[in-house]
Amino acid sequence: MRHIISVLMENEPGALSRVVGLFSQRNYNIDSLTVAPTEDQSLSRLTLTTSGDDARIEQITKHLNKIIDVVKLVDLTEGAHIERELMLIKVKAVGAQRAEVKRSVDIFRGSVVDLTANVFTIQLTGTGDKLDAFIAALGDNVVLEVARTGVSGISRGEKTLAL
Amino acid sequence: MDQLSGGEMLTRALHDEGVEIIFGYPGGAVLHIYDAIFHQDKVEHILVRHEQAATHAADGYARATGKPGVVLVTSGPGATNAITGIATAYMDSIPMIVISGQVESRMIGTDGFQETDMVGISRPVVKHSFMVQEAKDIPCIVKKAFHIATTGRPGPVVIDIPKDATDPKVKQTYEYPNEMKLRSYAVPTKGHSGQIKKAVDALLTAKRPMIYTGGGVIQGNGSEQLIELTRKLGFPITNTLMGLGAYPASDKQFLGMLGMHGTYEANMAMHYCDVLLCIGARFDDRVTNSDTSKFCPDATILHVDIDPASISKTVTADVPIVGSVAPVIEEMIDQIGKSDKKVDEQALEVWWNQIEQWREKDCLRVNPSAEGIIMPQDAVKAVFEITKGEAYVSSDVGQHQMFAAQYYGFDKPRRWINSGGLGTMGFGFPAAMGVQFAYPEATSVCITGEGSFLMNQQEFATCMQYQLPIKIICLNNEALGMVKQWQDMQYGGRHSHSTYSESLPDFTKLAEAYGHVGIKIEKADELYPKLEEAFAMKDKLVFVDVLVDPNEHVYPMAIKGGAMKDMVLSKTERT
Ligand SMILES: Cc1ncc(C[n+]2csc(CCOP(=O)(O)OP(=O)(O)O)c2C)c(N)n1
Ligand SMILES: [Mg+2]
Repeated sequence: MRHIISVLMENEPGALSRVVGLFSQRNYNIDSLTVAPTEDQSLSRLTLTTSGDDARIEQITKHLNKIIDVVKLVDLTEGAHIERELMLIKVKAVGAQRAEVKRSVDIFRGSVVDLTANVFTIQLTGTGDKLDAFIAALGDNVVLEVARTGVSGISRGEKTLAL
Repeated sequence: MDQLSGGEMLTRALHDEGVEIIFGYPGGAVLHIYDAIFHQDKVEHILVRHEQAATHAADGYARATGKPGVVLVTSGPGATNAITGIATAYMDSIPMIVISGQVESRMIGTDGFQETDMVGISRPVVKHSFMVQEAKDIPCIVKKAFHIATTGRPGPVVIDIPKDATDPKVKQTYEYPNEMKLRSYAVPTKGHSGQIKKAVDALLTAKRPMIYTGGGVIQGNGSEQLIELTRKLGFPITNTLMGLGAYPASDKQFLGMLGMHGTYEANMAMHYCDVLLCIGARFDDRVTNSDTSKFCPDATILHVDIDPASISKTVTADVPIVGSVAPVIEEMIDQIGKSDKKVDEQALEVWWNQIEQWREKDCLRVNPSAEGIIMPQDAVKAVFEITKGEAYVSSDVGQHQMFAAQYYGFDKPRRWINSGGLGTMGFGFPAAMGVQFAYPEATSVCITGEGSFLMNQQEFATCMQYQLPIKIICLNNEALGMVKQWQDMQYGGRHSHSTYSESLPDFTKLAEAYGHVGIKIEKADELYPKLEEAFAMKDKLVFVDVLVDPNEHVYPMAIKGGAMKDMVLSKTERT
C-alpha cells in the first residue's frame, strides 16, 4: 500500500542524506520526495511517498525515528489528510490543438502560465492521481516536458506535526 | 576561562569526558591535534600500526569496560582504514568515538590531497556523525557525540574535523558544557508496565518456556538481573554468540549457545518451546536459520529490546517491550513476585526431563583424534582450564571462533570479546590489546586462526612498544578452515582458494622477530605443558602456534533453510 510520510528534521547539512541513505541501504523504495524549511528555520519538513506492507512501513518509520536528525514524523495515510502535488507541464499547442488543450486545462482547474506560438506551459495542482489523469487526458505526442514537485501533505483537523 | 586552540579544546574535552586512553595514527590533517596531545598528559595516546587496529583496540577496550573507545585518525586513507572497525562496532552496538582529520574547509570538495568524504563514507555504519564547522563548536560536539554513542542502543559516532578548525594560532574561550539539548534524541529506559504484565502472564502460564538473550544484556549491564530472573523462574536459558557470559555457562540452567553452531539442546528447546522470552537479542539469521517461517512454530514471543526497530524486524513479537534490559527485568521480577499466578512446576519438570534427554546426546563431545594429533576443541579446553575460566578472551572469525565460543565457558559478562555481527577477521589481536590496556593485570588471550591473525599481525610492533603481555593461541589448521568446511559440505570438497599451507610463515620466528616469544605445539601430549609454560610468562607476549587437525569441522551446524531443530551433528549424523 502507498504511504505518505512527513518528517520534521533538523535543518542541518547531512540530514537529508541520512534519510535518503536509509532507504537505499535497507532496500526501501521512495516514489517521491519533497523537502523545504518550515516556519521555524531550524527545522525542515520532508515528505515522501513509499509503498509496502504494514511490517515494512513499521520498519521504515522506526528506522526514520532512529535517525538523530529526525525530530518527529507522521504517516499521513493513517488518518484523514490532504495531499497535494504541483506540476508544471509543457505541451504542444498548435492550431486547433490550442482550444482542445485549454479545455482540458479548465476541466482540471489548471492554468496556462506561459505560452508561445506552439507551446503552452500549464500549472496544475492536486493529488498525484489527478496529475496522472491530466497527463493521460492530453493523449500521446502532446507532452513535451513535465516537472512535478512530488507529494506534500498535511493532516486534516486539529492534529499538527510540530514541536 | 582558558583560551585554547581547536586541537587543545579537543584533548581537553576528551579529558573532561573522562577519557583516559585513545588509539590512533597520525597524518597531515591531524598534526595540530597531535601537537596538542604532545603538550598534555591527561589523555594517553596509543600509537598502533594500522588504523583498522586502532578501531578494534578501542572496540575491545569498550567491550571489556563498558566505557566508550576513542580513536583518532587522519583524513583520506587514515579515515578509510578505520571503516572496517567502525562497521564492526556498529553491527555489535559498541560505543565508540572516531575522530578523523579532514582537509582544510576551503579545500573540501576540491579532491585535495588525502581528501575523502568521511561523513558520507561512514554514514551507513555510524549511529551519528558530526562535521565540525568551527573550533568553538568542538566542546559541544564532543559532548553530544559521547552522549549519543553511549546511551540508548550504543554505537560508533564520527567527528570529522577540518584542519583549520584545530589551528594552534586561533585561540578561543574553552568551556565544557554541563548539559546539552538534543530535541530529536530521546532514550527509552523503563519498559511499559502493561506490556511487562502481559509478558509475566505468558511466562507464568508457560508449559515449555525458554529464555534467549543476546549482546543487549551485556551492553545494558543486565547480567545480574538476568541471573536473578532466570533462577527465580527455573527456566532453561541460552545465549547468543554476542551474549555469552551474561548467564554463567557453568550453571545447570544454561543450555549453551544457540544458533548456527549452537548446542543440540539449546536449538531443540528453542524449536519446541511454547513461550520464548527474548532479551537484548535481535533474531539474527545466524540464530533463526534464515527461513523465519519455520522458527519456533509453537511459541508466543516476548521481545525486550532498547531499539524499537529491532522488534518485529525479522520475527514478529507477540509482546513487544521497548526499554533498557536492566530496569525491564527488574520490573518483571517485581511483577512475578506480586502475581497471583505461579510457575507451572509440573509442566516445567516434564520440560526439563525432555531437555535432559536432548542433553544426553552430548553434542560437544570431541572425537578422539588420530595418534598425537591435536583437536582444536581440546586446545580451547586446555586454555580454559589453565586460565581457570577467568581470562578475557578475544577471537577472530572462523572455526577457531566457534570452538572458543563452544568450549570456553564464560561465567561473567564482558569476558568474551568477539565480532559477531560483521564477522571481521583481524579483529581479535588488536581487540586483545584494547582489553590489556583496560586491565593491565588481567590475562588477555586471543584465540585466533592463522588466516585471521595474518590480517593484523603488524600489531606485534605495538605490543612490543607498550609491553603488552597478550597470549595469542593460534589454532593453526593451515587453511581458511571455515571456508573449507563449507566447501566440504556444499561444494563437493573443492577447496577453491582456502588452503595455503606451503606459504605460511614460521609464526614463532615471526613473533621472535618483533622481540616476543614464540612457542610451537605439534603433538597432543605437549598441549598442557607448553600452554602452561606460555601462561607462566606473565610479562611477555607469547604467540602459541598450535597445529591442529586440519580436517576437523565445527558441529553442530544448522541445516540451511531448515528450522532450528534441523542440524548436522557430525560428519555422519543429522537430526
Ligand atoms: C575480513 C574478512 N574476510 C573474509 C571473511 C570470510 N571468512 C570467514 S571465516 C574465514 C576463514 C578464517 O580462517 P582462519 O582465521 O584461519 O580461521 P579457521 O576457520 O581456519 O579457524 C573467512 C575467509 C571474513 N569473515 N572476514
Ligand atoms: Mg585456519
